[in-house]
Amino acid sequence: MSVEIIKAEHLKKYYGNFLAVNDISFSVHKGEIFGFLGPNGAGKTTTIRMLTGILNPSSGRIEVFGMDMKKHKIDIRERTDIVPEMANPYIDLSAMRNLRLMGRLYGMKGREIEKRSIELLKLFNLYEKKDTKVRGFSKGMKQRLSLAMAMLPDPELLFLDEPTSGLDVMSARLIKRIIREEQKKGKTIFMNTHNMQDANELCNRVAIINHGKLIAIDTPEKIKEIGAKSNVIEFSLSPFKFEGGIVEGRVEILGDKVKVYTGEVDETIKKIVNYAERENLKIISLNVEKPSLEDVFMALVGEKNE
Amino acid sequence: MSKLSQFSRSLAIVKKDMLIFYLKGPVVIMGLLFPFFLFGAFLIGRDLSHEYLFVALIAMTAFFTSTAVGPTIIPWEARSKTFERLISSPVSITTVLFGDMQASFYFGIIITSFISLTAIFLGIGVNLLIFIPVVLLSILTFSAMTILMSSYPPTDVPADVMMLSSLVKFTLLFISGIFVPLEKLPWYARAVSAISPLTYMVDALRYSVSMRGYFPLWLDLIALLLFSLIFFFSGVFIHKRVLEKRFT
Repeated sequence: MSVEIIKAEHLKKYYGNFLAVNDISFSVHKGEIFGFLGPNGAGKTTTIRMLTGILNPSSGRIEVFGMDMKKHKIDIRERTDIVPEMANPYIDLSAMRNLRLMGRLYGMKGREIEKRSIELLKLFNLYEKKDTKVRGFSKGMKQRLSLAMAMLPDPELLFLDEPTSGLDVMSARLIKRIIREEQKKGKTIFMNTHNMQDANELCNRVAIINHGKLIAIDTPEKIKEIGAKSNVIEFSLSPFKFEGGIVEGRVEILGDKVKVYTGEVDETIKKIVNYAERENLKIISLNVEKPSLEDVFMALVGEKNE
Repeated sequence: MSKLSQFSRSLAIVKKDMLIFYLKGPVVIMGLLFPFFLFGAFLIGRDLSHEYLFVALIAMTAFFTSTAVGPTIIPWEARSKTFERLISSPVSITTVLFGDMQASFYFGIIITSFISLTAIFLGIGVNLLIFIPVVLLSILTFSAMTILMSSYPPTDVPADVMMLSSLVKFTLLFISGIFVPLEKLPWYARAVSAISPLTYMVDALRYSVSMRGYFPLWLDLIALLLFSLIFFFSGVFIHKRVLEKRFT
């Protein structure tokens, strides 16, 4: 049986009268990438702040590495690190000085800090900018530096809050590749995200939170099975024209494409083909797919959160 | 986690504060330029002894320099979203604040030492055995005061804290016997001045130049020590209590 690195039991968090996190329980096992998914304001960041000891839960219990967060906050932090949602190195310091600061805060020795900093700056393609103040960095560079700072003390557990949010494709790819490599080295990663593609590509298990409550927790593939009773038919017509009433099920129009979520594939395709013939339209494409994690997520949390 | 290890980590915070905050505009204006303009205004048109002026200059320099850095650090960090990263590392809030206090302390020491040495070089007679501990203890007290100043309100707007701390600083400046000696103040003004740590610094500095003061020297030193402990620990207590509000 795999070792539980994080164990959260019946966590609740109130801000005044507002219940931000409502009685959630879950565990994260050694060596897994655990995705915490939810729309904005669902309680993801509050949860990560409780798990890192920044906020105290109103009730409930957190154990990390088998230690009670209330009693062993500093000991736990010696073995963890976090990349908060906002890229937040010190902009008035150079990349190298940011890394040195982080190393000192983790009690690392000077020579060890220098060696590891250079390795990480090279890994994150920042070595050429090591003596440049972070003020001039792009968002992607700041986020890469932020992850390098988190990896400097070689923590066993990494908390990542929206690690690829708003990044360019190259930076996002690099960060995802490094997250996978860290997992291969046996690290445990807890990742907040609302990016379904990231969760699908990276996570061993995901939990979906909405309005402070956990509504699903499982592997991405098993979560997709929740929506497997419906299929997605995506098609495009030329010239583009479509009347939603001709098919049953949820319909989304995305540019020059239409997505229909339905359990009746045969009947729906026939209706689409008949419609195209009747209106003298050309079918450009027509695909039938199983629902994606995003589709299931949308079905679970509802479109109103978007 | 040992206290020594936390102390060593607090030095990393000091270095960070020195690199980032010592040359920030508000610090340079309030900590370096302002006390000298104020001293100039105090000096012009008055026929005062060199010793009296020396006490006023050192008191104002120590007070303004050691309270210039501290109040802005936490709001600045909260605004630039570095505070969350800092407190999620393996250091306690007390360590972070102790580091910030040291940054204020060293800033005060550097500038005050420079001014003091210049004045002594120009011929001011001073008993260094009294002067040095008084200046060190006073700067420590004012640095601890900045921890309390930055604790409430839990804002991420440095200007809010600067405004409040300036209000406190100017009030203390005018009731602490710098401009008018304590013995010449009416009884109610003397009673008010007793709640200002600056009063005890000014009084003890007068001992160092003239071996005379309003309070006994031991009382000045004990008062400064007590103020520093009260300021730091009450500041830490309030910071811990309002920490959550910085994230909501």
